[in-house]
This record gives sequence, structure tokens and C-alpha cells, in this order.
Amino acid sequence: MSTDTSTASDTSETVDEPDAATVAELESRIEELEASLAAVEADDGPKKMSIIATKGTLDMAYPPLILASTAAAFGWEVQVFHTFWGLDILHEERSKNLKLSAVGNPNMPMPNAIAALPGMDSMATKMMRKKIADNNTASIEELIQTSLDMGVEFQACQMTIDLMDYDEDDFYDGVTTGVGAATALQFMGDADVQLFV
Amino acid sequence: MSSELDSSEVTETLDVQGANCPMPVIKTKQAIDGLSTGDVLEVVATDSGSMSDIKGWAETTDGVELVDQVEGDGVYTHYVRKTE
Repeated sequence: MSTDTSTASDTSETVDEPDAATVAELESRIEELEASLAAVEADDGPKKMSIIATKGTLDMAYPPLILASTAAAFGWEVQVFHTFWGLDILHEERSKNLKLSAVGNPNMPMPNAIAALPGMDSMATKMMRKKIADNNTASIEELIQTSLDMGVEFQACQMTIDLMDYDEDDFYDGVTTGVGAATALQFMGDADVQLFV
Repeated sequence: MSSELDSSEVTETLDVQGANCPMPVIKTKQAIDGLSTGDVLEVVATDSGSMSDIKGWAETTDGVELVDQVEGDGVYTHYVRKTE
């Protein structure tokens, strides 16, 4: 027992006064950590936002464009990756003719059976367009142009461009084509905000 | 807040009356970009959401400071100073 006690007290003395080599090692480790912390703190570039836009109806075209242009106004770096029907938002001709679906939307003031009749989608779209104009809400085209002017990076997924038989020239000037999922993911992995619309 | 601002301090006025989200914030940002450090931009809006939106934008964005916001008769006036 007495031997144990003396060993314990020896150990505590060793801890109290570590040898010079250990101190030097710890000091150099602290310096290393401080340097990497400083590097992390120095890397406070603008926030990044990544949006994946997959829908091409009039109502679903607005959220990605409003968020992208506003984030650009915050000084954020913004990338919007458009795939499947989301491509229509960047398609110069089709973007001016986006439609609203009257079917499958329980907020529409008509039953699905009636909404499914021919001409109902156009009617719903016409009504929505009138509301947008009356409310002085920005048009899709205006939001795209504003976003491009503010440095938003719009990307059109190459696989779906081919799938939909679109041509690279069909898109607004400034839209990036020839990109795929890996390009989107590379940016997303680094982004502070990632949204799927 | 209002005591900090003298109307002679306003450098430029931006009229975004009638415009809705997100345009008041975007046009404010674009106007601020064209000003110099210390300048104050007066933004006149009719969008009631601009009270929260301009505030949120100014608090999140580097180089700008919200000096004052005045609400009256359907018109919302914001004063933003460019700080860097």
C-alpha cells in the first residue's frame, strides 16, 4: 500500500512538471492549431447558395428566381442548376410561355374533373398572368435578366437538354450549358444554403 | 434611429413605388453599388414587405447600414448608408 501511494505521488509530480520535450511538442501543436484556425477564420468569403430547379410551371419558376436574385443582392455567390422541366425557365422562348396547371392543385377554385377539361390550363394561366401584371410582380424574363446582371450563375443540365431535344442556343445569353450532376454537387458541397425546387 | 438622420444627409432617392418582392431589395442593392462610402440612399416603396426585407438585407449584407425606416400612408421610406 505504501509503495502504491509513493508511486501515485511520483506520477503526479511528473504531470506537474512535464519534460521539456513534451512542452515543446505541445507548444508546436498549439501553434499549428492556431495557424489552421486563423486560416479558417480568414476564409470568410461570401456565403454560397445552390438551388436545383426541376419544375417548369409558372408558379414553380418564381421561387428559385426570387431567391437567386435576392441572394445576389446580399452579395452571395449563387448557382442555380436547372434540370428536367426546370430547363424551360432558362429557355428563352418557352420561359415566356410557362403554364399553370389547373389539375392537382387543391387551391384552385374548381374540382379536378372540371379542371381537366381542355382549355382549363390556359384559362388558369391567363388568370394568373393577369394577377401577376396587376400586382406589378416582376416577370420571369425580368427576374432572369436581373439575376444574370447581378452575377447569378444559371446552369442548364446537359443530359436533360439532350433528353428534351433542346438546343444550347435556345437558352438566354449567359446561361452555362455542358454541365451535369457532378458540377452541381461540387458547388453544393461547399454551399451554405442548398435548395431543391 | 431618426435622430441620427438629417434630411440633408440623403445623397440619392430611389423610387420603387409599385414594385414588389424581390425588386425593392434588388434595386436598393444596385443603387447602393453606385454610391460612395458614407452616402445615404433614401428608398421610397409601397411594398409593405419592404419594412422587413430591407431591414433583413441591410443586417445581412456587408458594407451597408440601415439608418432609419419611416412608415406612413401606404408609403415605406428606408434610409440606408453605405459604410464601405
